[in-house]
Parts: sequence; structure tokens; C-alpha cells
Amino acid sequence: MTTLKTARVSPTPGKRRRRDLGAATRLSRGQTILQGIVLTIGALAFLFPFYYMLVGSLQAAPDTTVAGAFPNPGNLTLHNYAAIDSRINLWSGLANSGIFTGGVLLCTIVFGVLAGYALSILRWRGRGVTFALALLVQTIPFQLLMIPLYVLIARNYGLADNYLGMILPFAINSAAVLIFRQYFLQLPRELFDAARIDGAGEFTLLWRVALPLVRPALVTVVLLTFIGPWNEFLWPFLITKEASMQPLAVSLANYISTVAASTTNPYGAILAGAVVLAAPVVVLFILFQRYFTSTDIGSSVKG
Amino acid sequence: MSTISAPPAAGTTPAAGTPPRHRPPLVQRLLGRNPIGWLFGAPYLIFVIAIFAYPLCYAVYMSFFDYFFAAPGANVTQPFVGFANYVQVFTDPAVQQSFLNVGIFLIINVPLTVVLSLVLASGLNSITRFRTFLRVSYYVPYVTASVAIIGVWLFLFSGTGLVNQILGPLAPNPSWFVNPLLAMPTIAIYVTWKQLGLYILLYLAALQNVPRELYESASTDGAGRVRQFFSVTVPGVRPATVLVLLISTITGANLFTEPYLLTGGGGPEGKSTTPVLLIYQQGIQQGHPGYAAAIGVVLVILVLIIGWLQNRFAGGRD
Repeated sequence: MTTLKTARVSPTPGKRRRRDLGAATRLSRGQTILQGIVLTIGALAFLFPFYYMLVGSLQAAPDTTVAGAFPNPGNLTLHNYAAIDSRINLWSGLANSGIFTGGVLLCTIVFGVLAGYALSILRWRGRGVTFALALLVQTIPFQLLMIPLYVLIARNYGLADNYLGMILPFAINSAAVLIFRQYFLQLPRELFDAARIDGAGEFTLLWRVALPLVRPALVTVVLLTFIGPWNEFLWPFLITKEASMQPLAVSLANYISTVAASTTNPYGAILAGAVVLAAPVVVLFILFQRYFTSTDIGSSVKG
Repeated sequence: MSTISAPPAAGTTPAAGTPPRHRPPLVQRLLGRNPIGWLFGAPYLIFVIAIFAYPLCYAVYMSFFDYFFAAPGANVTQPFVGFANYVQVFTDPAVQQSFLNVGIFLIINVPLTVVLSLVLASGLNSITRFRTFLRVSYYVPYVTASVAIIGVWLFLFSGTGLVNQILGPLAPNPSWFVNPLLAMPTIAIYVTWKQLGLYILLYLAALQNVPRELYESASTDGAGRVRQFFSVTVPGVRPATVLVLLISTITGANLFTEPYLLTGGGGPEGKSTTPVLLIYQQGIQQGHPGYAAAIGVVLVILVLIIGWLQNRFAGGRD
């Protein structure tokens, strides 16, 4: 899949390089087997906790023995899901996570496309500075911004326990701006010149010409932006005190750190909540994994 | 370029090769050829100023004041205290412990991240079968919420958890996350595992740019696979290595969720407290945002120094 993406950017060299690389570095039989073993052990180490999460969430009584890693039909139950739902209200958590993520996605797509278009197709003074800012912003660590943002948003603007307050710091993903810019830059300039001669305005150009051609970028950006707010813990944790406003990651974390000790099967309930929190992202990611490629994301990180 | 005061003769001067042309309208001279670019870029620019530039300056400003929260509308004076917050940062044993903890974290996490992600990425780069499956498996922890995965790790590494069951008599006592010596290293291993997908992705991108001729000539010179890895791959992906070092250092300095949940807020005995955890406790729980901002400024300066050193010593001349 990576090959396909690379090939689209630079068709001939990419393909040839890979084939010849294989020829130059042909492995002996033993090395191939060793490599296969290392990669498989790696994959197992990465996947096992997810499998164990699912198994653990279905156990009526927590079984931490080696045998417990295999599902036992006598010990299976959906009770843990009901238990966690009665404690933290999964549905309201999911709805809050959805609104938070949806708001960020909407702002990122709308303003990110506009900014990406301005940074690639349009010539204006201040373009270089804006591009430099988009790169720089990604290196500013959140720990320095957390206190002033909290003071400004929660105290000065009174946006605590408010969706707007949750969304604001993440509203436009700079990596998305850079990905859009990268894709727009690959479009032939003649396309825009021709449409301009025909009298098309820039909004029409963006909507009718540029956007339909960068649809893969939209999927990549949605995927990349989705995992940010959906998984975010620190900021919504700071800004929401009311349980009814908390995204699922925050309410599950509060359950882990406070109430878990007082229940009979805390791990079962925690793991059930974890499955509900992890499932949407994992499913989305597996469905659209071919858009999550090194070329796209690498270019946005490196600029 | 063409300023407003430019004499009208500019157009009539026989410039070498360029035909005389109309002076563009004022808007275009001030804002560039497509002034609408400002309109398109404005929301993003406003966002960057409001969410990054202004709070950044505000943090530095706050760190010089005894800043405290007051009821909305109340007019209070928050006295200027000069470097008092910074003096406190450097003398507070809790802060020193937290920086030491992050140091331990980085010493384990950063080298492990670089080695594992480069080895797995080059393995992934040279195989043809099961590529997608393996790629997805490596990325899945990275795209999943830390809060969700922490649930499983707590289960796996608890006193009677699966890991200790397998280790049997070798299991540490007290168990991983409640053991003062093992808490931070275990968190470092957890974060390495969780973030590895991103670094594998970056290395995979970099591996596409290593010139194949280098492998060919190395192979002609009789270099084996291992030798090729050290003499061609490692120097070839050096820019990516600098990036991986930098991102993993910044991520490590930002550590909050993991100690907050895995070790119950920096325990045992403060051996897994991190600066960001202290910033949260001081700035928001105990209401000393000025002091918290000072911890943040010191932390960021330290990260910048480490980043500069990494770039200097790992980055080579380019």
C-alpha cells in the first residue's frame, strides 16, 4: 500500500528503487526466517494487549492465570458492559467524545482546506510567515500552554464545562493544514490558470477544481485528526468538571482513578469501558489504513 | 519591491528585457498578487495567535507574578514577584525529583524507541508478504487512546496479573507500578510500546529515500546484510533519526496521563511524578498558576537544550 502512494508522487523512481533494492539485498533463507520470526513476535506483542482487553472485558470473574488468556465459555458475560454503563454512562460519554471530535473535524476541514489552499495556490504577502508558523506550532509543547489556556478559557471566558472550550485549543490541526498544502502543490498549475481565464473566482476554483482532486487528502486528514481529540485526555480533563459533559476518555479515567477500587470486578468494568473507547478508532483505522501512509504523514511532520 | 512612493518613472525606465507594464493596483502591491489569500488564511492565523502565540507570552508573563484565581469580576492585584517562582522551582525537592524521573524515563525510552523502530521499519520495508497486516498491528497502539490501553496494562501488570503469573517466582515484589524502583521504567516501556507505530511510520518514509545505489555498491563490495544495515541504512535515515529523537523527547517531557493513571498520580513515594503532573497539581489543584507556569518555562528550556544537543551530535553536518 505504501508503494502505491509513493508511486503516485514519483511514479518511476519509486517503483524501480524498491525492485532493485530487493535484488541488491537478497536475504539468505535463514535470514528470511529470522526476519519473519522477529516481525511476527513484534506483531504479537503489539496485538496481544488488545486481544486481552476484549477477553478480560467478557470475564465474569477476573482470571489472571495463563489459562485466563483464552476465553472460557463458562466465564463469559456481558455484565461488565452494563456495570461500566451504570457507573459512567457510556452513551453520554460517547456523545460528548463525538461532539468534541466532530467539532474539531469540522473546523479542521473547513479552515484547514482554506489555509492549505492559501499556502499553496495563492500568492500573497505573509504566506511564507504563515507557513513557517504552521511548522513551528507543532513543536510548541502543550505543557507550557496548558496553564495559560486554562486561565484564559476556563476562567476569563467562562468556557469550562462547555463544548466550545473543549474544542478551541484543537480547532485547527496544523498537520492537516500542511497535508492539504502538500496535496494542492501537486496539482498542475495550468488547471488553475485555465479556470481563472474562464473567469472562475477563487472560491469556485477551490470548491469545483481543487477539492475534488484531493479527496484522498480529506480521508487522511479525517483519520489523523480524529485520533487527536477522541483520545485526548489532559485538556478535556482540565476543563470539564461536570460528569455529564465529560468525553469518554475522561470519564473512564476518572473511573479508573477513583471508583474502581469499590467494585467487585473493577478490571472487568474498566476493560469493558476501554473496549468501547478503543473500538471506534481501531475500526476506522483498519477500514481506512491505506490512507494512513508514511508519505502523507511524514511530509506533514517534516514540512 | 514596488512601494507606494515609487516614482512613476519606474514603468518608463527601459528595464533590461522586461516590457513596460501597468503598475498593479494598490491592494495587490500591499497584499500580494492574490489578496484573497489573506481571507483564506485568516481563520488559521487568528487561531495560531489566539491559541499559541498569546498564551505562550501569557505563560512567561504569569511566571513572574504571584498569580492566583479570583472570582470573576473581582478586581485583585496579583503582585509582581520577579524571579521568586523560578528560585522556588530550582529549590523545591518535588520539582527536582520530577525532573530526575523524566530523566530516567528518557534514558530508557529514547534509545529503545530509536533502535526498535528502526529495526522493525527496515524489516517491514524488505518483506513482501503480510505487509499490511504487520503495518496495521504496529500502528494500532499508536492510534488507540492511552486511557483505554492503560486499563489493560493495569490488569496485565497488577500484583496477581498475567505478567507476574508467567514470571512466577521471578515476579517483582512490590509489583511493577507500586514498586518505587520499577514504576518509572515500566512507564517508559509502556510509552515506548504505545508510541512505536509513529516512529516506524517516520522511518518507513525515510527508508524510501535511501539511494538504492548505495546498497548495490555495498553488496558488490561484499557487505553482508548486517553490515549494509549499519553502513548504509543507519547513516541514510539520519534526518529521520534526529526527528525521532526530538519527537520522543518532547513526548517524554509531556508525560501526564500515564503516571496519573498507571501509578495513581506519581506514586509510589513520588518516584513517578513528572513535571506536567506537578504543573497540574500546582497550577490547577492548588491554585498557583504563576508557579506552574515557571515550571513549564524551565521544562521547555530544558527540552530545547536537549533537542539542540541531539541535533548537534546526531544530525551530522547537514
